[in-house]
Amino acid sequence: MTSYRIQGAKGEWEVVIGLEVHAQVTSNAKLFSGASTAFGAEPNTQVSLVDAAMPGMLPVPNRECIRQAVRTGMAIEAQINKWSRFDRKNYFYADLPQGYQISQLYHPIVGEGQLLIEADEKAGIPEDKIIGIERIHVEQDAGKLMHDQHPTMSYVDLNRTGIALMEIVSKPDMRSPAEAGAYVRKLRSILRYVGSCDGNMEEGSMRADVNVSVRRPGEEFGTRTETKNVNSVRFVMQVIEYEANRQVDVIENGGTVDQETRLFDVATGTTRTMRSKEDAHDYRYFPDPDLLPLELEDSFLEDCRASLPELPDAKRARYESQLGLTPYNARELTAEVETFGRFETLLAATVAKIGKPEAEVATQVANWALSVAPGVVKSLGEEANIANATAEAQASILAMQDKGEISGGQAKEIYEIVLRTGRDPQEIADTEGLKQVSDTGAIEAAIDEIIANNTDKVEEYRGGKDKLFGFFVGQTMKAMQGKANPAVVNQLLKDKLG
Amino acid sequence: MPENANELTNLGIKAIRDGVAGGEFTAREVAEAFNAAVASASELNAFIVTTPDHALAAADATDAKRARGEDLGKMGGVPIGMKDLFATKGVQTTAASHILEGFKPQYESTVSQKLWDAGAGMLGKLNLDQFAMGSSNETSYFGNVNSPWKKDGTNAAMSPGGSSGGSSSAVAARIAPAVTGTDTGGSIRQPAAFTGICGIKPTYGRCSRWGVVAFASSLDQAGPMARSVEDCAIMLEAMAGFDPKDATSLEMDVPNWEAALDADLTGKKIGIPREYRMEGTDRAILDSWEQGKAMLRDAGAEIVDVSLPHTKYALPAYYIIAPAEASSNLARYDGVRYGLRDLPEGAGLQDMYAATRAAGFGDEVKRRVLIGTYVLSAGFYDAYYTQAQKIRTLVAQDFEKAFEACDVILAPTTPTASFPLGSLNDDPLTMYLNDVFAVPASLAGLPAMSVPATVNSDGLPLGLQIVGKPFDEQGVLNAGLAIEQRAGFDAKPEKWW
Repeated sequence: MTSYRIQGAKGEWEVVIGLEVHAQVTSNAKLFSGASTAFGAEPNTQVSLVDAAMPGMLPVPNRECIRQAVRTGMAIEAQINKWSRFDRKNYFYADLPQGYQISQLYHPIVGEGQLLIEADEKAGIPEDKIIGIERIHVEQDAGKLMHDQHPTMSYVDLNRTGIALMEIVSKPDMRSPAEAGAYVRKLRSILRYVGSCDGNMEEGSMRADVNVSVRRPGEEFGTRTETKNVNSVRFVMQVIEYEANRQVDVIENGGTVDQETRLFDVATGTTRTMRSKEDAHDYRYFPDPDLLPLELEDSFLEDCRASLPELPDAKRARYESQLGLTPYNARELTAEVETFGRFETLLAATVAKIGKPEAEVATQVANWALSVAPGVVKSLGEEANIANATAEAQASILAMQDKGEISGGQAKEIYEIVLRTGRDPQEIADTEGLKQVSDTGAIEAAIDEIIANNTDKVEEYRGGKDKLFGFFVGQTMKAMQGKANPAVVNQLLKDKLG
Repeated sequence: MPENANELTNLGIKAIRDGVAGGEFTAREVAEAFNAAVASASELNAFIVTTPDHALAAADATDAKRARGEDLGKMGGVPIGMKDLFATKGVQTTAASHILEGFKPQYESTVSQKLWDAGAGMLGKLNLDQFAMGSSNETSYFGNVNSPWKKDGTNAAMSPGGSSGGSSSAVAARIAPAVTGTDTGGSIRQPAAFTGICGIKPTYGRCSRWGVVAFASSLDQAGPMARSVEDCAIMLEAMAGFDPKDATSLEMDVPNWEAALDADLTGKKIGIPREYRMEGTDRAILDSWEQGKAMLRDAGAEIVDVSLPHTKYALPAYYIIAPAEASSNLARYDGVRYGLRDLPEGAGLQDMYAATRAAGFGDEVKRRVLIGTYVLSAGFYDAYYTQAQKIRTLVAQDFEKAFEACDVILAPTTPTASFPLGSLNDDPLTMYLNDVFAVPASLAGLPAMSVPATVNSDGLPLGLQIVGKPFDEQGVLNAGLAIEQRAGFDAKPEKWW
């Protein structure tokens, strides 16, 4: 096993990473108000009186947001706190109408949990690793300042104000950019499986605060910096690389790392100081007196648990053990909600058509779904109409292939026509002559002729030159214009060549 | 119809409601009489804005309903004053502050809406201590409120109490038959006691806080102020009720307090907390407390001694918790979205905050925001806020224990009678002591009311306080009624305004 190390001028350094991921909770309404959460609306059109912090307005917790946080906690095998409480984090800023953010400092709704990142040699993760999760708490998002609307004034858009966020805080368990990247991807995958966050990092539905420190391998933790609001997996990895190297330079040049909050500059791939520890706010956290403690009943927790789907790790294991898929296929198919969704739909349709057990068709379907079908789509480019790629049509093709009616090449050709035109695969196979010949009479005739014309090769083969079998297959397929069923060809050749 | 409007303005809720329903006079006549009384009483400075049209429109609606033979509601035809802490749609709502001067909400508070739904109309928005912070009604941006009462033989302007000082002054002066108040640490009971009227703070959570400008969320509770216990019962019924928009609202049905009023206290036990015999309490107050005991005994109750051992810590704890919450609750007044904005030339965001809040808040508000900010600060939080919360729990436990031995507790409402305006301005601690008997029930979230008991040797009213078990407003009202019937309090301030 090789560990990720920063090679400093004065030796090797280990990097220690913790991530605080802010995930916007999927919910039609905000955490404490009835206002809508849709993205991209005109500024200040999704603002309730509560969001605007009008005098006398009060927050009322949105049950759906609480439910999603609990389900997320369950998905990372975390302790669910049946008693939690909201606290106010007090600070003044124009995007924070109340003058405080309602969050959970002292008693978060979700306690310790964990998440598995899988070995990925190519990415630099030699073996599976468990990353600890410290807590998940629920809090309000802030609004958005717009500085480009007026020459001297800043404008405020409160649409985002009060939207529910889950802050998912990892333990400082990651040791390389690759691990951090894998952690964010895995977390995103789980959130999307659960349906508690859409994971859309471009729209800001998921963003990370990246805590980085360096140390000599095995020594005490160093001083960490926190880089705020990093909004892609690639940027998270960039921040870590940059920060780790910067910190090593600072230390090796005799300096000390300041505990501070930093900002990532996407254009340059660097980070810079946002505010130092001395400037850190005193947030004066205290329990929000407008809200009673959140007490979760057993029946609520049971409902949350019952509503959880099969999660990535379990699904991957099942794909390998019950469907007999390769680890690679299992991992690829379970990485994203869309991928396994399409796969499972296609598998069900194919099983229905072929009438064999899932395990007997799963590999064929997996190969089709992961490599064959995407290849055809890619080669067609804009000619492909994805709406035609129905599970029904693809299952028809796979069933014909399973029965030996069409070859793999013919399957691709038929799928091409399906994608272009939406025609029925069976009808395409019939009318376009895209079918294999399984008629032994026609094949036998062709074989007999080839044997007659190649007596020398037949002798050599019979004399023990097994490799020549392929030559006879090729000749037969050529004579049949590629439409002969390879299995039938093989069998007949074996019989006739003896 | 009575011979003159004066007689109408002497009536309370029940008399007006029943008179209108019975056709003795119209709601419009009542509204006109009170509108006129309000207009002629500007010297009291009880109202920040008057809304005669609101009162008339509600009255006309009631009269029309009566003509159609419809139900007139619990408060049908009764015009009331609304403490200017309640948001009223389209009507300036200021919390008596400069920072909210001119602010007209697009929404109606739950409590005021319930009152309008019950048939009441609004005479105007009542003056108060700024953001309900004060015990004398001297912190309003719109000027002091004068009590209608004078100390015998003097002409000094007297405090109507606070923070619901406009409320108490208006009811005592008979320019409103009843009003809303809010009570965070005595702001209904102390002004009621100072002006010889009744006022009840119900159990925390009975009345929705939605649309009430927040002072200290965990303590704020709305309640009625009127000239009789029965009127308080009627109006509280109209104000109370579960509100899904307030997460701390009690999910309980509203009892029919009016119908269940009963001054027969046979079998009831009245607790007398020994720790309330405090130094600095007026002799007259202690005497009236003794008289109160006698009255309740006469009503059939048994008097028992109880102990509330943490009483002396309640006031300091209150003056940590309430400012802490206030410092956060008042952060929203920042000049960004509504209310006052002071943007000095070339100023940035922080400068705007500072200038706006410096200009928009009065001294007492600033004092409490500073105290609250301090007690929540890193390094001080545990020493102040956490300790204060522990005391709050202990105070609540004191009551729980005491209520094992009694049904309601009888105590003075205040340690002194009203004082001249300006006399305590330089002494905030003495001012805070006004609420020493009121604060414990606030910390424990208990229903508590003040009823007039007597007048002292200066001719100033004194009140007695009844504190009940959680949700037992009925027990409090019944004991109040027993005192009211026996005290025969009929003193009235002489009209000078």
